[in-house]
Amino acid sequence: MSWAWFHRFGSPPYFYRVAGILVPWFAWPAAILIFVGLTWGLVIAPPDRLQSDAYRIIFVHVPNSWLSLMSYSAMAIAAAVGLIWRIKVGHAVAAAIAPAGATFTAVSLLTGMLWGQPMWGTYWAWDPRIVFELIMLFFFLGYIALRNAIDDVSRADRSSAVLAIVGAVNVPIVHYSVIWWNSLHQAPSVLRVNGPSMPLAMLAPLLVSFLGFTCYFFAVMLVRARAEVLRRERGGDWIREAVAGST
Amino acid sequence: MSEFLHMSGYAFYVFTAYAIGIASLLLNVWWARRNLTLAKESARRRLAMRDVAS
Repeated sequence: MSWAWFHRFGSPPYFYRVAGILVPWFAWPAAILIFVGLTWGLVIAPPDRLQSDAYRIIFVHVPNSWLSLMSYSAMAIAAAVGLIWRIKVGHAVAAAIAPAGATFTAVSLLTGMLWGQPMWGTYWAWDPRIVFELIMLFFFLGYIALRNAIDDVSRADRSSAVLAIVGAVNVPIVHYSVIWWNSLHQAPSVLRVNGPSMPLAMLAPLLVSFLGFTCYFFAVMLVRARAEVLRRERGGDWIREAVAGST
Repeated sequence: MSEFLHMSGYAFYVFTAYAIGIASLLLNVWWARRNLTLAKESARRRLAMRDVAS
């Protein structure tokens, strides 16, 4: 396999240009799929036998929870690429993911609380899944705070990359917490060995919503990564071209 | 319609969750776009300063 594409993406002008082209290709499908997924989940999908209409929170909660795990993994991988191969674009991508990742995690926790109150009788429980998700939010916020605390960009890149990589240990813990420990939080009902346990009428809007959130993640990440790449560039004629036009 | 708004008594939880979810999606889009605009402006300023210096 040729790694030429990988090195091309490591070049800031190339990344900036290609990311600019890709943004609408993710943004529009994201807008359509999220609209369809959430409307389908809120209005059309049948009520649950046990939880009635309260389960509809799933269509917001689960995509945000998956995206929080995906964002953290992507951030740690991008940071590692930046740290190991000294590719600036890697750090730029990691820094671009953090704010969106933190939001996904916060929304996952908040919507989980809104689901917990009617179903478990409490907004908050010191349950493994919930606590480790909260720790992940702290890792995202710590990563952002550390970056902001260091003025020198390359030093901020290196230090925050180490933090991002250390925090990656938490990702499998969050995922497997409901299996390893006796948890109040339910076990996975979609990503499980025997296939999803949800009926198709509920699973379909969830998957549409999830697909939309994934496109959304890439669109937002690419816009932010372009900003990060610009910030890291001091010279280069390509900057002049990049900021002259609208793209 | 009123049945939909009632959400079998869970209206507060369901609609608040959707409102938070949608607000966060919009916020992130606005935030990312603003970020890029600011980065472009500061790059423009840097270039202008260099032009003046040289």
